[in-house]
Amino acid sequence: MNGLAILIPIALGLGLLGLAAFFWSLKNGQFDDPEGDARRIFMEDDEPCD
Amino acid sequence: MNAAASLSMGLDDWVHDDFAVPDIRCAGCISKLENGLVNVPGIKSARVNFTEKSVRVDHAATMQLPQLVGAFLSLGFEAHPIDSSLNSDLDQSGKTLLRCLAVAGFAMMNIMLLSVSVWSGATGVTRDMFHWLSALIAMPAIAYSGRPFFTSAWKALRHGRTNMDVPITIGVLLATALSLYETATSGPHAYFDGAVMLLFFLLTGRYLDSMMRDRARHGVTALLKNMGTGAMVLDAQGKSGWVDSTDLQSGMVMLVAVGERLAADGLVMSGNSAADKSLLTGESKPEKLSPGDSVHAGTLNLDAPITVKVTAAGPDTMLADIARLMGEAAQSKSRYVRIADRAARLYAPAVHCLALLAFGGWMLAGAGVHQSLLIAVAVLIITCPCALGLAVPAAQVVTAGALMRSGILVKDGSAIERLSEIDMVFFDKTGTLTIGRPQPSNLDDIAEAEKPLLLGLAQASRHPLSKAIASNLEQQDIRPADITDIEEIPGLGVTASWHGKSLKLGKAENGAHIDGGDSLTTVFQVDGIETVLTFSDELRPDAHDALEGLHGMGLDALIISGDRAAAAAPVAKTLRLTARANMLPEDKLQLINSKQHSGKKVLMVGDGLNDGPALAAGHASMAPSSASDAGKNAADFVWMGSGLGSVVTAIRAARNTQKIVKQNFGLAIGYNIIAVPFALAGLVTPLIAAIAMSGSSLIVVANALRLRGSTK
Repeated sequence: MNGLAILIPIALGLGLLGLAAFFWSLKNGQFDDPEGDARRIFMEDDEPCD
Repeated sequence: MNAAASLSMGLDDWVHDDFAVPDIRCAGCISKLENGLVNVPGIKSARVNFTEKSVRVDHAATMQLPQLVGAFLSLGFEAHPIDSSLNSDLDQSGKTLLRCLAVAGFAMMNIMLLSVSVWSGATGVTRDMFHWLSALIAMPAIAYSGRPFFTSAWKALRHGRTNMDVPITIGVLLATALSLYETATSGPHAYFDGAVMLLFFLLTGRYLDSMMRDRARHGVTALLKNMGTGAMVLDAQGKSGWVDSTDLQSGMVMLVAVGERLAADGLVMSGNSAADKSLLTGESKPEKLSPGDSVHAGTLNLDAPITVKVTAAGPDTMLADIARLMGEAAQSKSRYVRIADRAARLYAPAVHCLALLAFGGWMLAGAGVHQSLLIAVAVLIITCPCALGLAVPAAQVVTAGALMRSGILVKDGSAIERLSEIDMVFFDKTGTLTIGRPQPSNLDDIAEAEKPLLLGLAQASRHPLSKAIASNLEQQDIRPADITDIEEIPGLGVTASWHGKSLKLGKAENGAHIDGGDSLTTVFQVDGIETVLTFSDELRPDAHDALEGLHGMGLDALIISGDRAAAAAPVAKTLRLTARANMLPEDKLQLINSKQHSGKKVLMVGDGLNDGPALAAGHASMAPSSASDAGKNAADFVWMGSGLGSVVTAIRAARNTQKIVKQNFGLAIGYNIIAVPFALAGLVTPLIAAIAMSGSSLIVVANALRLRGSTK
């Protein structure tokens, strides 16, 4: 019983953390352009482009 | 990501505009656009959205639309402004559904874990605690995730109707209330898991549906070329400035460049040109324009720049009349009831009666209120239309994806349902059965050695006929010759020289018309030796096969054209179809309405503005991507490419989808026939409900996945 009192809040908290992270990423526009983000990693923009 | 070039623009405000750029195809385009645009003075930053093929540009408020579009052009991209305010509402609804889905998913997993402990034998205090925990998670989750269903059910009930959301809402709310009572009285069975799982599966279906709509909407937005939304206007001092079409007023003087569409009705003041009215009327032959002629908004200026005095703008134009007709025609379509809702009309009362009967029956048998209510709720949960809610959107999303891969955009799920029901097809002629652009028909009269010269000349001009020549020669793998002294004389043609020879492409010098009157011609000269090139609007290459395919499906086809009978007859003859010519937009609309009143279901395939009302009125409608904006907006399906075969593909896919949807209904009903007796007998525990529900959902989704190859 004591174990449950610790483990269940931890389990729920982790789940909620994931949910919060998802909400944040949705609000932050992380899913707005999945295809573009996949291609942007190939772009070399370390050097100034001017 | 991009280094925002900080330009000192004084006190200017920055504003942002969205542009559709259909040609974004690779990672290179992203950096080219983003880095190239910030180098344009007045543009602060640009951000490419690859998925939507659009670019958001932050620019100085003083920058006008043509300048911005010009900036894109200088980088080699064609851009069309998008009205972003239209989209944000719908985007929001998709995101709301996704949030609801995430919350329901989170709650479902956690409650299920707790439920597993209960099912594995937790008793007494432990079970009660788990039930309370479940209640604690379930109540807020249901309140949050259930909103789309609750509001829709409430709306339906308030208007005295019922839809699929009514049994869902009643089932979820009753199950939650009863479970809460069970929990409070330390009862053995709580259905929190069932209620949340139901919401999760139904939200999945709902989200799939909205995802399909969003994807198609973005696709269509990218195709819209609403560049006719303004004009260059000359003021009294002779200076020109860009005026938005909503601000155009009678009396203003518009400068209309070659290849531009008119933004308002007016009278030609100066300039001799030709007008392409095919989008407006279906008329395939260009009409001569000279000072004093009246022109309509939406007309394409072909030959030379003209100035036009505005006589009517905004709501007074012929365009606006067509838009009004379209609005009225679209109302009949909005009355269409989707198959899932039609099923729910029969299903909901049946389910509720069954639950009531179960309650009454067990009461009579002396089981007590509590026990009887528990059984009634079990019946409701078992019969809740999970499969209905998931079966239809899953099948339609899979089909929409398959269609999209073969170049056909679907506006929404109901379009697939409607397309599967049609029994007649009406075709517009110009731009639908034909390609809609004049194609050179005797290029082979030109000697092989001279083709590179012709290509060089044609590439130097933006005239539609030159473009047609250029694209045809390029397809023959011909390289342009290195010609010099290129000069384009508006309205007359292009001249150049090559190794001392003089070249000319354009109107015949003596002005005499050599053609028979119906076809377009242009003259290609090398050192004074003339070759007359004729142009005609060709049938789409696979028109014959497509019509045969339709015939094989038992569908009647008819041509309804706004063109003259003389122009429609040859097309009708080659395709062996009946044609009606000289049809005004109102006539097309009326014909479709009269057919539909007599019980026919008409598929309208068309592209022009004049087809807009007919497209909106048809039971289903399709437009090619070369169609007018109005056509693409009104059509349920938009197909890319030059083939007419897409019409057949789409109809076949829609029919297959409907077959799978019906199978899914069959599966759902079969599952109910097996499960309901158990529920009525009081044998369904929360464990059995959970297994049955997820099992049936998985089966219908798996069945829907079979549609992935439905366009082959």
